[in-house]
Amino acid sequence: MRRLTGWMLSLPALALVVACLILPVGATILATFAEPGGPFAPYVAFFNSGFRRTVLWRTLEIATITTLVSLVVGFLTAFVVSRAPPRWRSILIIAAVFPLLTGVVVRSFAWLIVLGKNGILNSFLLWVGVVDAPLSMLYTQGSVIVAMVYLFVPLMILTLVGVLEGIPDDLLQAAASLGATPAATFRQVVFPLAVPGLIVGAVLVFTGSFTAYATPQLLGGERQMVMGTLLHQRAMVAFDWAGASTVAAIMVVVTILVVLGMTRVAKRLNPMAT
Amino acid sequence: MRSSVPLPLIAFAVLVYLFLMGPLVIVFGAALSDTSYLTFPPKGLTLHWFWQIWEIGAFRRTIVTSLQIAFLATALALLIGIPAAYALNRYRIQLPGWLSTLFVLPVLVPEIVLGFSLLRSVAVGSDLPIFATLLMGHTLIVLPYCVRVVSASLASFDFAIEEAAVSLGSPPLKTFFTIVLPNIRAGVIAAFILAFITSVNDVSVSLFLTGPGVSTLPIQILAHVEQFFDPVVASVSVLLMLLTVAVMAVVERTLGLTFLAK
Repeated sequence: MRRLTGWMLSLPALALVVACLILPVGATILATFAEPGGPFAPYVAFFNSGFRRTVLWRTLEIATITTLVSLVVGFLTAFVVSRAPPRWRSILIIAAVFPLLTGVVVRSFAWLIVLGKNGILNSFLLWVGVVDAPLSMLYTQGSVIVAMVYLFVPLMILTLVGVLEGIPDDLLQAAASLGATPAATFRQVVFPLAVPGLIVGAVLVFTGSFTAYATPQLLGGERQMVMGTLLHQRAMVAFDWAGASTVAAIMVVVTILVVLGMTRVAKRLNPMAT
Repeated sequence: MRSSVPLPLIAFAVLVYLFLMGPLVIVFGAALSDTSYLTFPPKGLTLHWFWQIWEIGAFRRTIVTSLQIAFLATALALLIGIPAAYALNRYRIQLPGWLSTLFVLPVLVPEIVLGFSLLRSVAVGSDLPIFATLLMGHTLIVLPYCVRVVSASLASFDFAIEEAAVSLGSPPLKTFFTIVLPNIRAGVIAAFILAFITSVNDVSVSLFLTGPGVSTLPIQILAHVEQFFDPVVASVSVLLMLLTVAVMAVVERTLGLTFLAK
């Protein structure tokens, strides 16, 4: 009876997830195996196309660089935030939450103003005299990565602050009193204890940047096509549903592999973590 | 005594925060510029571009649609999410563990894949109006926030209070509204706010589900930027940032901002 009540109460939400997520996404993936020409034909076609291989490779590259840079920047910043006096700490946390709650479109658009031909970076470089003519910085892999790092650093900071706050000050002082230099304390005490948080952050940033659409669309355009923009282009411009489904299936597989792989890494580095 | 943080590290953190805030300040400045193109620092000050938002029909319409969708999707997600969260906590032993994982699935599946799949399976081939499928998609993506935040709030609720009311003869539904709901009010408000802002900012699902005549603000911004490089988008962005400020103020009032850091 109690069991039944529990199921009844969860039923509407369950129905929505099954009908609007599990079935449609399942159908998209299954469809790639039901194409005329054999179950793996769409994948063979995908990997036979030099252009699509480049897109997949570029997306992996952008996501990897974004993740690594966000890890380093987020970790160092979160450490400072976690050791700041309480009043400052809450201000710094608010300052990281604000960009996170501001939409992806707004935050990517901001970089159009910064990096554009008449953007402030070019004006600055011209004014200083480093360059004679404005550089074209938009629609490069670099511009996409900068904006992605910008997008994900706040997420990394917030993920890591919680973990780093849990490291007692006594531990750092103990390390110092035993003769460890600040750098050694950081490397041998703080870093190992932060590994679970770093893994969570890495998974969030990698999957987020691997499947991003708005940022690569605005700052990379057609020239820097990534998996997200390729999926959209296949589906909405070329009306190539089989192609789009294949891209979608590859995105799902990569996401699952990254989550599983990182969970395994987390277990190896920290046997206490579940 | 707190252990001291090396000065270079503090300097680095300051630079990172300048990097985080800089572009947003630039958007703000660009929105006030009295030029027909985007520039910073602004040349001359004007509020003309804020007026322009209203003048351009596409912006006016998409702002209304975005707010309608966000409001309805959040309300629907709470309507089905609160009972689910309640069941997950109240009947924890009776229900399988994978059920709670299922409700966070919409954040685990790449959003763009979700959007495309909804287009493929639901929007195409059915006679549902665009608004309805859009609403369905948004309800789905905000559901995890509703279930998770309300669940967190229920986790600290003592169900013995509810049982006491029932044993004294209070009918179950009345007990829920008079005993349980008031106790998880903060969680419900926070869930509403987070779900609302998530819906307003969504790109990847709306991208596939918007259609002729019905679009959302982020999609309209993307479309506008591709054709024009004027400060209107900057002023719309400022409006969205003001919405963020409002959201943070509400969260601060209900749960405290540290909640967001979790």
